[in-house]
Amino acid sequence: MFNTSLKTLIILVCSLCTTPCFGDALKVFHGHKGNIKIAGGTAHIPVMKEAARRIMTQYKDIVITIAGGGSGVGIKQVGEGIVDIGNSGRKPKPEEIERYGLVLHKWAIDGVAVIVNQNNKVRSLTNDQLKGIYAGQITNWKSIGGQDHSITLYTRDESSGTRSVFWKKALNKGMINLKALFVPSNGAMKTAIANDPYGIGYVSVGHIDHTVTPVVLDGIKPTLENVKTGQYKIVRALYSNTKGAPSELTQLFIEYLLTPDGQKIVADNGFIPVK
Amino acid sequence: MIDSKEKIAKILFASCALISIIITLSILIFMIVLGLPLFKQDHLFSVWSEQWIPHQGMYGILPMIAGTLWIAFPATALSFPLSLGTSFVMIGLGNRRIRQSLYVLIRFMTGIPTIIYGFVGIFLLVPLIRESLGGAGMCVLAAVIVLSVMISPAMILFFSDALASVNPHYVKTARALGATRVQCLMYVLVPESIGGIISGFILAFGRAIGDTLIALMLAGNAIQIPWNVLDPARTMTAHIALVNAADFDSLAFRSIFACGITLYLLTAIATLFVRYLVQIKEFKSE
Repeated sequence: MFNTSLKTLIILVCSLCTTPCFGDALKVFHGHKGNIKIAGGTAHIPVMKEAARRIMTQYKDIVITIAGGGSGVGIKQVGEGIVDIGNSGRKPKPEEIERYGLVLHKWAIDGVAVIVNQNNKVRSLTNDQLKGIYAGQITNWKSIGGQDHSITLYTRDESSGTRSVFWKKALNKGMINLKALFVPSNGAMKTAIANDPYGIGYVSVGHIDHTVTPVVLDGIKPTLENVKTGQYKIVRALYSNTKGAPSELTQLFIEYLLTPDGQKIVADNGFIPVK
Repeated sequence: MIDSKEKIAKILFASCALISIIITLSILIFMIVLGLPLFKQDHLFSVWSEQWIPHQGMYGILPMIAGTLWIAFPATALSFPLSLGTSFVMIGLGNRRIRQSLYVLIRFMTGIPTIIYGFVGIFLLVPLIRESLGGAGMCVLAAVIVLSVMISPAMILFFSDALASVNPHYVKTARALGATRVQCLMYVLVPESIGGIISGFILAFGRAIGDTLIALMLAGNAIQIPWNVLDPARTMTAHIALVNAADFDSLAFRSIFACGITLYLLTAIATLFVRYLVQIKEFKSE
């Protein structure tokens, strides 16, 4: 009894101590007010949300709105001045950078993992099998050691950064079968696979949780560790792009992502910090 | 004094009508102008006939046109008899309590956001279809069922309003001549309110064609012409939503305007056709 209340007390004291600590990195926001509008890459959203939550709970005058849409949307909207930060899960193309005058801010490394439903017996694939599945040559789970049921392919639309990385690095720009179902975000992909026992799809490693099973590819598990050491090859950087030099508040937000606190949010969400 | 007021009112209303005509037409012109690059580079025909494989330079929207038709027509066709039957009950056949509670329920249904229908579809209907009928679950059938439920309240309210606005003397006369309630409905109310019924039908069909979210969430969005109701499909509206993010100067983005024009023309043709049918009928009955 005494023990638990002592523990509670210790936790309480510790949390009191840590609050000013994370206030430290946040202190720079003191006295600022205004809006930051963020849109684009859906892999970025968990980190953006957490950072925004911390800033907004301390400084009520700052309003940060976060929308998805995919990397293409992020780049386009920031380029057209609709949002302050356009997130992308791929490096903007040289012509995009030139046309819009984009400034890139890289704050995390992320892997793209193949996922299947929890109840699927197939837990590992070779790269050739994966290509065969996506090309529509392998159509039944049975032929790769699973249940006798047709495979349902899930993919993302062309504006997705996750798709472009997966397509280049996992499929080597191979064909994606026209039968594949399209889902509009990383979150929607996870939900779709979690609900479909015969589905296969791909998401940002940061989005993987207990509802889906990541597939071991060519004997390498898509874990943070393997992404870090470079063994797992389907990796990309996460960018936050601004049009030219950002406004002061936007600049502070991006800098916050690169502080130790910000990078801890990055790590907590299953990405690899860049610092 | 009265004259000038009359004049002002006339001008005011005429200009309102004119503005809405101008807006409607300018939308069409706007889409054609912005879609022009796609039509110029020998794509005029291929955009309506080809497959959609952007990295091979194919930007055809034929699968999306097929998808839209595959979903919009069956949804309206499924919803029409249901809605007509419901409105019959609401107007003449049901007792007062049933009528009132139906009315409240239908009113309530019009207020439910589309996304709620989508969610119910994705968590209940899609797994059900996958387990019982096979396939991927996300398919034409799922979208058709949910869409037909979604468009029915508008149709029901339109129908029941049209039926209720028939001159009550006609009904009384028919009843006095010994017509049963059903006969009264079939031979007096329905023929008298055919215009309203058709307007409701067109409105609902327009909603079915124009709906984006249901198809986007439930139909699977595969870029392939569906061959049966268990195949996935992508509608033109869902295609616009998905490709919207593409580069503004790219042909992929331009294809959005081809979709827009097709949707526009499809709705226009359907409306004109149905109006034409009504006119023939009215002409005959005169």
